[in-house]
Amino acid sequence: MRIAGVDLPNKERIEIGLTRIFGIGRTSSRKIIRDIGLDPNKKVRDITDEDGMKIRAVIDSEYKIEGDMRREIVMHIKRLQDIGSYRGVRHKLRLPVRGQRTKTNSRTRKGRRIAVSMKKKEE
Amino acid sequence: MPRSLKKGPFVEAKLQKRILAMNENNDRKLFKTWSRRSTVTPDFIGHTIAVHNGRKFIPVYITENMVGHKLGEFSPTRTFKGHSGAKKEVKKQ
Repeated sequence: MRIAGVDLPNKERIEIGLTRIFGIGRTSSRKIIRDIGLDPNKKVRDITDEDGMKIRAVIDSEYKIEGDMRREIVMHIKRLQDIGSYRGVRHKLRLPVRGQRTKTNSRTRKGRRIAVSMKKKEE
Repeated sequence: MPRSLKKGPFVEAKLQKRILAMNENNDRKLFKTWSRRSTVTPDFIGHTIAVHNGRKFIPVYITENMVGHKLGEFSPTRTFKGHSGAKKEVKKQ
């Protein structure tokens, strides 16, 4: 089944299947299913076309997903950078933004380790 | 956890007074402040404020987008420029 363009979940339960859509996690997924009155344990392949349409309608009207969601995130970061705030600077430098330590760790943001030659011992 | 809405945004009383007085007189002079902890409110827009960073005052021109941030966010306190021989950062993921 295809919802919101490129997404086609598979043999997962519908509750999980919907989370394949960028911008829909477990919470929103559960909420959508509850609002429509579906069984969250139903497999995606067992969803009727009619229910599929209902899901699409809810997502279209109430959720920001995929491209729009990604764009919104980029916009937020860009705003921080444009106003010259500390958080914006950290994004530009690709370092942790929320005050984590950088003496060690932070490898997710900094990438693979870069070897630095040892300092010469002082006499 | 964010600050309680009941209290409203924190702005140093002295700074608040000064901004409001300047707005009254349509005054846009640069002035110094040490109050990095003050929130930027809409009253600040258009002013240029010199915010102390521990060593000197960094002039910050306040735009609409900055409302809700603290003054200190715009006046960096550290000077790290990169390691010697470090190559340029890769842009974006």
